[in-house]
Amino acid sequence: MSTSQDRADTPEDTAAGTGGDTAAATATAAGPAGAGEPLLEVDNLGKHFPVTQGIVFKRQIGAVKAVDGVSFSVRKGETLGLVGESGCGKTTTGRMIMRLLDSSFGKITFEGRDITGLSQGQMRPLRRDLQMIFQDPYSSLNPRQTVGAIIGAAFKLQGETPQQGTRAAVQELLQLVGLSPEHYNRYPHEFSGGQRQRIGIARTLALKPKLIVADEPVSALDVSVQAQVVNLLEDLQDELGLTYVVIAHDLSVVRHISDRVAVMYLGKIVEVGDRNDLYAKPMHPYTNALLSAVPIPDPAQRAGRERIRLQGDVPSPLDPPPACRFHTRCWKAQDICKQVEPPLVELSPGHQAACHFPENTTVSQTDLVAKAAVSPGASADGAADAPQAQE
Amino acid sequence: MKLLEVRDLRVAFPTADGVVRAVRGVSFSVEAGRTLGIVGESGSGKSVSTQTLMGLTPGAQVSGEAWFDGQDLLAMPERQMRRVRGAQIGMIFQDPLSSLHPHYKVGWQIVEMIREHEPDTGKAAARKRAVEMLGLVGIPQPDRRVDDYPHQFSGGMRQRAMIAMALALHPKLIIADEPTTALDATVQMQILDLMRRLQREFDTALIMITHDLGVIADMADDVLVMYGGREAEVAGRRTLYYRPHHPYTVGLLESVPSAPGVGGRLKPIPGQPPSLINLPSGCVFHPRCEYVMERCRVDEPPLREVVATEPAPGEEPAGALPGGDLPRVDLRRDGTHRSACWLPHTAVGLDAGVAAARRAASEAADAGAGAAEDADGAEPEGGER
Repeated sequence: MSTSQDRADTPEDTAAGTGGDTAAATATAAGPAGAGEPLLEVDNLGKHFPVTQGIVFKRQIGAVKAVDGVSFSVRKGETLGLVGESGCGKTTTGRMIMRLLDSSFGKITFEGRDITGLSQGQMRPLRRDLQMIFQDPYSSLNPRQTVGAIIGAAFKLQGETPQQGTRAAVQELLQLVGLSPEHYNRYPHEFSGGQRQRIGIARTLALKPKLIVADEPVSALDVSVQAQVVNLLEDLQDELGLTYVVIAHDLSVVRHISDRVAVMYLGKIVEVGDRNDLYAKPMHPYTNALLSAVPIPDPAQRAGRERIRLQGDVPSPLDPPPACRFHTRCWKAQDICKQVEPPLVELSPGHQAACHFPENTTVSQTDLVAKAAVSPGASADGAADAPQAQE
Repeated sequence: MKLLEVRDLRVAFPTADGVVRAVRGVSFSVEAGRTLGIVGESGSGKSVSTQTLMGLTPGAQVSGEAWFDGQDLLAMPERQMRRVRGAQIGMIFQDPLSSLHPHYKVGWQIVEMIREHEPDTGKAAARKRAVEMLGLVGIPQPDRRVDDYPHQFSGGMRQRAMIAMALALHPKLIIADEPTTALDATVQMQILDLMRRLQREFDTALIMITHDLGVIADMADDVLVMYGGREAEVAGRRTLYYRPHHPYTVGLLESVPSAPGVGGRLKPIPGQPPSLINLPSGCVFHPRCEYVMERCRVDEPPLREVVATEPAPGEEPAGALPGGDLPRVDLRRDGTHRSACWLPHTAVGLDAGVAAARRAASEAADAGAGAAEDADGAEPEGGER
């Protein structure tokens, strides 16, 4: 905790804070135009895992800054996709929203209520509204319980008896996710990966949640089965008016399922935007690189497109690069990127990016520099030699 | 000259629940400097077939032939196999953390392999080569990192170290089993670039096993699609992507979310992959196939040549890509495109016209029109995309 306090005093963190405020403000502003009011709001949320040394007297020698101040909001009925490479903090963010992990700083508001500080006991009634789908359908189901017991546990834990009885309710859920009611007494090992994922989804839906956080819901499944589960998730959303936060590393799945997409890099959100906007006109160089790295299953398109090759690996979150975290791998990096952290600002309606030299935008460099609240005559020539759009 | 030729490979594992027939008569070959992509879902037998070639499936009942450089790998005694494995055939596995020994330094593991196969090499010389290889695969400061342990490497670096190890003895063939599945997209691209570059440099033959059709489109010259332990379809890369014949290949291509029509519903293949203990009768794909005919439930289709409506030599194939440029699909009538399906061999491609032709052919066959070949009259349009 001490680190977060210390960090809050540093100028760059305040900059991130303002960025977060802008983000929240714009999201609310866009609210009436969008689907509905925000169901979930996350403001400058962070998680630092302490790294300690010593056996008896543990001294903290550092912190893994897994998530370092992210802000976003999710409106009712929409799907927000959270993408990024491994170690970017997307799963940690999902777990903090679910309150499976305590946050180091920041605020989570669910239906207008601050749930950040709630105790386990206070959280329990809220659990029916907030549910999670896990990545691994093999380890997330208890192998010694029947499917009926696994799904029925949700009712039991909430002390609720469905009108038609638990058994009938579970069987209805099984049908809802495309399994058959006869599966009630079977054990998880009797099912394939795709079917197990359906069981996990049925359990999630038991209490009619409002928000579902799906952490890599299809990455463990085969391609042909993956499409079945993606379709199921979409159908359920239409039918039950669900709101999703989908966490995934597969950009094509995220593109398919999300309304809006947030791209994370090393614990920060670098770009948020409407799905089509973000994929067609990525502003942040990292988004651009990430999109161009996705192998397209089409030899002709592959030959035609230009690719951005990033050098090296993602830096360690134990000691992230200062200012813009992407500058060590960015081909557009200038001195300012090493000194001033770019805030997440709205560059076109509903599309925010945190970059000093964004692409696909008409916002002039001087405006951005002004927004970044820096005085030095920052190099405005950076945008001139910006590579053109990839698509 | 074929470097590796596998004929009628069969692999079965006796288990308490019955015999798992993992591979049921697969044949393929690869030439020097070429890449063969093997695609399939889990349980299709793609990994088992290549592991069997390397003698890495103990307890399996194996039959068939695998001629590598004039020797049958499957008939080779273990001692001789040890000299081939690693030195002449390199392997890259999916999970680099579990395939490197956590207790030994990365450099030591490469040195050990070099000295095992070339006992004359001195320690210092082997170490120098290990450093060289690590540098070649793009590990920064290889002279320092050579003394690191695997846990000190990132996922991408470990996979690079695996590639360095696989290449250290300049093998003629590299078998890469899902080499980038565990990696992030940006690192995956680096690794694929690296493999392509090294392949050109050393004229290595490469067998690339993956479930990712995007990776295959990037890497492979020829593609083998496996389903239920057998070949479903074999074709050149472009032919497979633009003029697929087997409904399973079509289904795979259509179920990828990045396919055209973003935002619409995905088109999954219904059902689940088959159990390898109780295989479906006839064509193993028939329970999931939308064009299933009576014949498919009884007879297992052999791998037959596909000869589609062929343009005259030099003529461009009909139909254009959305971008306006023509796909240069080579329509060779040389037996390179083969498919194990009873549908008429003219029904190739992905568009709606072909789907209708497939359906018509399947209905005609069920209506008692006789053998599926008779349905060839249901001519598909040439408008492949």
